[in-house]
Amino acid sequence: MTAVTATPAHQEAGAIRAALPQLAPFLGILALAVMLPFISNDYWALIGTRAAIYWVLVSGLNLVVGFAGHLAIGYVALLTLGAYTTSVLVAGNVLPPVPVFAALPVAAIVGAMFGVIVGLPALRLRTFYFAMSTLGFATIVTQIALAWQSVTGGGIGISGPEFPAPFNTAWGFYFLCTAFAAFTTWMSANIARSRFGRALIAVRDAEVAAEATGISKPKMLIAIFLFAGALAAIAGGLFASLQTYITPDAFTFDLSVLFFIAILIGGRGSILGPMLGTIILTILPEIAAPLAAWSTFLYAVLLLVIVLVMPGGIAALLDFRNRRPLASNRAILPRPAALADIVRQRAGGSALALRDISLSFGNVRAIDRLDLDVAPGQIHGLIGPNGSGKTSTLNVISGYYAARAGTMTLGDAALPPGMPALRAARGIARTFQTPRVIGEASVLQNVMIGGTIEGRASFVEAMLSLPRNRQDERMLAAKARGLLGVVGLEPLADVRADRLQHSELRFIEIARALMLDPDFLLLDEPAAGLSSDEIERLAGLIKAISGRGTGVLLVEHHADLIFDICHQVTVLNLGRTLAAGTPAEIRVHKEVVSAYLGG
Amino acid sequence: MLASILASGLAAGAIYALVGVTYNTMFSTSRVMSFTAGQLAMLGGVFGSMFTLKLGMPIVVGLLLTLIGCAIIGIITEFVAVRPVLKSLDQHLYVLSTLALALMIQQVAAIKWGTEPQPFPRLIGLGSGVFDEKFWLPVVACAITILGLEYLYRRTLVGRAFVAIAEDNFAARALGLPERNLRVASYALAGVVGGIAGFSGGELLLAFFANGALLNFYGFVPVALGGLGNNRGAVVGGLALGLFQQAANFLVGGIFSSVAVFALFIVVLLAAPQGLFGASTARRV
Repeated sequence: MTAVTATPAHQEAGAIRAALPQLAPFLGILALAVMLPFISNDYWALIGTRAAIYWVLVSGLNLVVGFAGHLAIGYVALLTLGAYTTSVLVAGNVLPPVPVFAALPVAAIVGAMFGVIVGLPALRLRTFYFAMSTLGFATIVTQIALAWQSVTGGGIGISGPEFPAPFNTAWGFYFLCTAFAAFTTWMSANIARSRFGRALIAVRDAEVAAEATGISKPKMLIAIFLFAGALAAIAGGLFASLQTYITPDAFTFDLSVLFFIAILIGGRGSILGPMLGTIILTILPEIAAPLAAWSTFLYAVLLLVIVLVMPGGIAALLDFRNRRPLASNRAILPRPAALADIVRQRAGGSALALRDISLSFGNVRAIDRLDLDVAPGQIHGLIGPNGSGKTSTLNVISGYYAARAGTMTLGDAALPPGMPALRAARGIARTFQTPRVIGEASVLQNVMIGGTIEGRASFVEAMLSLPRNRQDERMLAAKARGLLGVVGLEPLADVRADRLQHSELRFIEIARALMLDPDFLLLDEPAAGLSSDEIERLAGLIKAISGRGTGVLLVEHHADLIFDICHQVTVLNLGRTLAAGTPAEIRVHKEVVSAYLGG
Repeated sequence: MLASILASGLAAGAIYALVGVTYNTMFSTSRVMSFTAGQLAMLGGVFGSMFTLKLGMPIVVGLLLTLIGCAIIGIITEFVAVRPVLKSLDQHLYVLSTLALALMIQQVAAIKWGTEPQPFPRLIGLGSGVFDEKFWLPVVACAITILGLEYLYRRTLVGRAFVAIAEDNFAARALGLPERNLRVASYALAGVVGGIAGFSGGELLLAFFANGALLNFYGFVPVALGGLGNNRGAVVGGLALGLFQQAANFLVGGIFSSVAVFALFIVVLLAAPQGLFGASTARRV
């Protein structure tokens, strides 16, 4: 464990120094925001306040749209909800009047609840469907605001809340909103940089791999929908105060469009980009006054241009680091010996056993009464022609398919069919036939994904960057760096994963799977597409992994690799076991030779 | 009251069904759901009112020009918002590009046409009360459109080519079908269907820029209920939606009818994400 327990104080200072280039733009914007009163007039106070309020909402929505990738286009509904909740509570036309600083938290709670209600369809619905459902919600909220006259004042409206001194002047309120904006930036950045932020991106770009690492999509999404809903409602309260008087007309769909497009112009998975996007879109109609009526048209044109020409948005423009060319003659040089520092040594342990497993797709029997045992510390090869059920077997073990019949046990405990997200906690990790890696995240972040369930800090601790979260982050980063050393990719740790070669992606997947320190590792054709040198190094790596007591189930077409490193081999044909035994037995097995190996 | 519910429900339902068919027509050749479907129907009303009332043209000429105008908008959709993003269909960029184009159409309509609903001419002058033409015209238009499409898809070569592309894009291209031209044609066809929806529903919905967003949602509900690309499902779903909405409208009031429609939409989709008549999804791993 030496790599994991370096002195924290030293690392902290190093981390701050490393983060400084990323922090600088935010500090610059904050400095400009603080200087604004000294270089401009009340008119700009209004615009600045508006930008700050919008950003309070967008900083939350950014996690939904930019990080989780859900196209929530109707967020003006939650702004409306927050604005009316705050105004109604302060005006006291339903309950006794409440001070505004008490009404805002109530609005936040209401917003968080509705944020989840609006967001929940995202668990089942894809892209366009989800966009439509948020759009539908936005329409009915406005209609309800219009119709529920006794509470909202209907079309006549209701006065917005007034803040007490010193926040009742233009600049006083400006500073209040800026403070809110700074605080929400800090919180959303904390979430984005924590294991929760990485898990969101993993669910977005590699959902299947995210499940295999034990990330629970519902939990993640509910957490950010609560967060985004609360921030949107708070923004609504501030917005109502800025407007001084609100009617349903104040909450046009154009606002929704502004929020949504600010994020897309900014770029996915970034915080600085959407922030600049929000500021630009707020100021744009002001400096081009004759265009004010056309502002939505302008936003739409911008959106179209961004989508067609620059899908990465502002963030991609500002990403200088990933434009440096990578060395073209780089090689993957694993150091299996280093595994001893990171992965614990197991003595014995329980075996993974499949009994009588059957699986069919329609009338096709993919697996037919299969028995399979993977012992700890052993490498078990699974070979057979295409379509013989090798990958299906892995998918049954890791829960993507529920077998029609048969049982799976891990030691004495049964392994429930289905439920892929629960496999990681049972110590089963896997890689995929086509590497499922998050292209937009760095190599290091991709590997850190693998350890998501090892973190102990809660979502709130991550949001406020409390000590336990910082400890998690240090632990995950150190472990991931160590494992990158083991698989031989350490020099590429900070490079975007989509810039890597195919063979390197395969080794990233292995490192990610090892983050779990798994009892069993399922490898799905890890040697496909590798050069013969690389296959040799892969063989050494797999041997070292099993040497730590991990059971390895290896699906592969390279017969040499299988016979070289496996302790046991099972041959499948048409979903049935054709032969099982040691490599020496299989190599001379008549049917195997004629059906598969040739010769 | 029952007669009013039936009349207005079927009329609104027929319009929703036609917008649903517009979605389906675009989807079938490109696997893209476009936010411009509702805008095309909105334009059917706006163009119709503009040609016949503002410019004083005869109804038939107005109808023809409206359909041509909508077909052109359909073709523009294909060129601007669909073709460039087809290469990376799995990234769902079409959601954004078609949304952008839909917003542009809506904004231009709002500024050039005005933000107030404007009258639509009486087309034939037949019927009154619950048998007023504004109620039965959309139903007749929907029936004729569906029959026409069925004829097109089953009896004509072009129609069969559409079906082939919808069924299996790669195989159709391997057979030498001009996939790109057929896609453009299907977008023009979608424009025509959307135009018919707007024109036949003009007396009911008026020429109003905000109809676009509304029809986008209400036209999508039958598609979602009936399953993507399934015209029969869209018609059944559309008529059911129209009746449900109008019944709720008469019984509990307008606001709660939209809440009811929204709730129905969400509940059905959560229960059956692929629609009531749709097929299940492909394998993921």
